[in-house]
Amino acid sequence: MSKFSEGSLFQLTLSRFRLFLREPEAIFWTFGFPILLAIGLGIAFRNRPADVLQVGATTAQLTQALDADKGLTSSTMDLDAGTRALATGRILLLAIQTPSGVDYKFDITNPDARTARLLADRAIQTAAGQKDAVQVRNDLVHETGARYIDFVVPGLLGMNLMGSAMWGLGFSIVEARQKKLLKRMVASPMPRWQYLFSFLLARLVMLVMEVVVFLGFARLVFGVPFRGSLLELGFLCILTSLAFSTLGLLVASRASTIEAVSGLMNLVMLPMWILSGIFFSATRFPVVIQPFVRALPLTASIDALRGNMLQGIGLGQMASQVGILLAWLIVSFTVSLRIFRWR
Amino acid sequence: MTEHTPVLTTDGKQGPALRLLGIRKGFADVVAVDGLDLEVARGECFGLLGPNGAGKTTTIEICEGLTTPDAGSVELLGKNWATEADDLRHRIGIQLQETQFPAKLSVEETLRLFRSFYRHGLPLEESIRMAQLDEKRKSRVGGLSGGQKQRLAMACALVGDPELLFLDEPTTGLDPQARRHLWDLVDELKRAGRTIILTTHYMDEAERLCDRVAIMDHGKIIALGTPQQLIASVGGEHVVEFAVTTKQGGSGREHHPVDITPLLALAGIQSHRVDAGSHQLSVDELHTTVPRIFATLNEQGLHLSEFRTHSATLEDVFVGLTGRTLRDE
Repeated sequence: MSKFSEGSLFQLTLSRFRLFLREPEAIFWTFGFPILLAIGLGIAFRNRPADVLQVGATTAQLTQALDADKGLTSSTMDLDAGTRALATGRILLLAIQTPSGVDYKFDITNPDARTARLLADRAIQTAAGQKDAVQVRNDLVHETGARYIDFVVPGLLGMNLMGSAMWGLGFSIVEARQKKLLKRMVASPMPRWQYLFSFLLARLVMLVMEVVVFLGFARLVFGVPFRGSLLELGFLCILTSLAFSTLGLLVASRASTIEAVSGLMNLVMLPMWILSGIFFSATRFPVVIQPFVRALPLTASIDALRGNMLQGIGLGQMASQVGILLAWLIVSFTVSLRIFRWR
Repeated sequence: MTEHTPVLTTDGKQGPALRLLGIRKGFADVVAVDGLDLEVARGECFGLLGPNGAGKTTTIEICEGLTTPDAGSVELLGKNWATEADDLRHRIGIQLQETQFPAKLSVEETLRLFRSFYRHGLPLEESIRMAQLDEKRKSRVGGLSGGQKQRLAMACALVGDPELLFLDEPTTGLDPQARRHLWDLVDELKRAGRTIILTTHYMDEAERLCDRVAIMDHGKIIALGTPQQLIASVGGEHVVEFAVTTKQGGSGREHHPVDITPLLALAGIQSHRVDAGSHQLSVDELHTTVPRIFATLNEQGLHLSEFRTHSATLEDVFVGLTGRTLRDE
C-alpha cells in the first residue's frame, strides 16, 4: 500500500465513505427519494395533449363534417339517444339536422362544451363551403424550460443537497459523540481538523454521484434543459453542499444525543422547506419577509441553480446568491470550530 | 523497551513514567479527585482500585490529558500536556470505558484507521495477533462479543506501540472466560516491558495483574503498595468467616449475640467485624487458631451454621480500611 492510502486523512475519509455505503436507508434518502419525488411531480404536472371532444349528430352527413376536425369525434344517433348521451355526459354536444339548418344542443356553463360548440360550428360551416376571411397560421408553443417539471427539478436538487449535507454531517458526528467515539479519537494523535475535513471530502465524492444520478434522470426522462455552463452548475452544487455541510456541523457542534440533533435539524431546515421556493416561487411571499427569505441559504442556492439551468445565466450575474452561500459557509464553520464539543 | 537501556537523553527517558502532584478536580457539586500525589515507575503495572465513584476514571482521564485538573501538575514520560501534547499522544495508548466503535466497519478497517493516526507503530498483523482477533479480522464490529470488542479496544490502544498504556476498567461487564483472556493479554504486554496503568473495581483483577496498587475512595488514595504489602497491612493472612445459631434448634442465619471479647483475647486473632450476620476474623495461622475459635464458641453454647476460611484479599483490605465492602456502592 502506498504512503498516501495509509495516511490518516485518507483513512478517515474512506471510513466515512464505507459507513455511508453500508447504510441502506441513507442510500435511499440520498438517491432514491429525489428521483421518486421527481417522478411523482412529473406525472402530476405533465403537459397533456389537447383533448379530443366527444360529440354526437343526428345524420351521417353531419358526423362526417364533424369528424373532419381533429379536435372532435362524432357518432351518429337519433334525437332520443342523443339527448340521453348528453344528459349522462358521454357527449358534450349534439348537432341536430333541422329543415332550416342545424341546432346545437349543449350546456353553456361547461367550458369544454363551449369549445365543442365553436369547433363543431366551424367544421359544419367549412363543410358547407365557408371560406376564412383572414389567412391565419397556428404557431404551437411547446417549449422545454417553461414547464413545471423544469421549474421543480432545480428546487428538488437544492433541497436534496441541503438534506444530505446536513443529515450526513449532523447525524454521524452526534452519533460518534454519543458513543464516546469522538472522545476516543481525540485521545489519539489524530489531527482534529482532519476528522472534520474528512466529512467534507466524503461529502464531495458522494455529491458527484448524487447530482449526476438525479440530473441525469431529469434529463433523460423529462428532458429538463441545461442552458448554463455545466462547470458553473457543478461549482454551484459544491458551494451549496459545503454551505449546508458547515451548517450541519454547527447544528451538531454541541448536541449530545441523536434526539436533540434531530430536533435542531428540523428546526433549521423547516423554514427553508417552506420559504425557499422548492415547489413554487419564493417571490409569492409578502414583501415584508422577502429580505429574510432571500438571506436563507436554500433560497440563494435554488435561485442560482434555476438561473443556471433554466435561463443560462453566468456566475457573474449571481454575485449576491454566491455571496450569501459563502457567508453562510464561513460563519457556520468559524462558529462551529469555536464551540465544537469533542467529548 | 526504553527503560531497560538506561541511556541519559534529553528526551526524558529516565525518571518515572507518571508523576502526579496535588491533583484536584471538582465537578458541579462533587470533588472527584481530592489532592492526589502519585508516582509510577517505568515498566510497572500499576492499578487504581476502588468502588464506582471513587474518582478512578477522573484520575486516569487527567493522566490521559482528556480532563484538565483544577489544580496540581501532571508529568508523563517527563513531559506535560500543556506544551508537549502532540508528542505525548504518539507515545501513549488509551483504552476508554464505553467506547463504541462504528458497528459497520470491520475489525481490520477499524485498526487500519487507528494505525493511520500514529507516526510509528505496530504492523497491523501484529496488533491483530496480540488481541487474538485473527479469526474476526473481516467481521463487522457490531457482530463481535463483549470480550472481542474489548480486545479490539485494546488493539486500538496498542497500534501506536505505546510506551505507556492506560486501561480504564478493561474487564468490566465481561464474563469470567473473557476476563481471563484479557488478563493473558495484559500479561503479555507486561512481559514486553510496557508501563501499564489500569483502573478496576475488581480486587482479584488487581491482585492478579498489578505490581503495585493504590486504593482510592472519595477522591483520595487511602492505601498504596504491592498487593502483598497491603494485605499484610490489615494484619492476618487469613480470614475466618462464621455464623452461629443456639444449640436448642433453630436454623438459618439468625442473629445471635456472640461474646467477642474471649475471641479477641485469643492469640493470633487480629480483628473482628460483622457483615450481614456473618462474623469475620483476621487470623495469622489457621491451624493453631481455628481449634481455639471452635472451643470458645462451644463454651458459649453456640452452634456453627456456617464456617469457612480464605486467604486475605485486597477486598479485605478495602473493608478493613473503610468498613464498607466494594459492593456497598
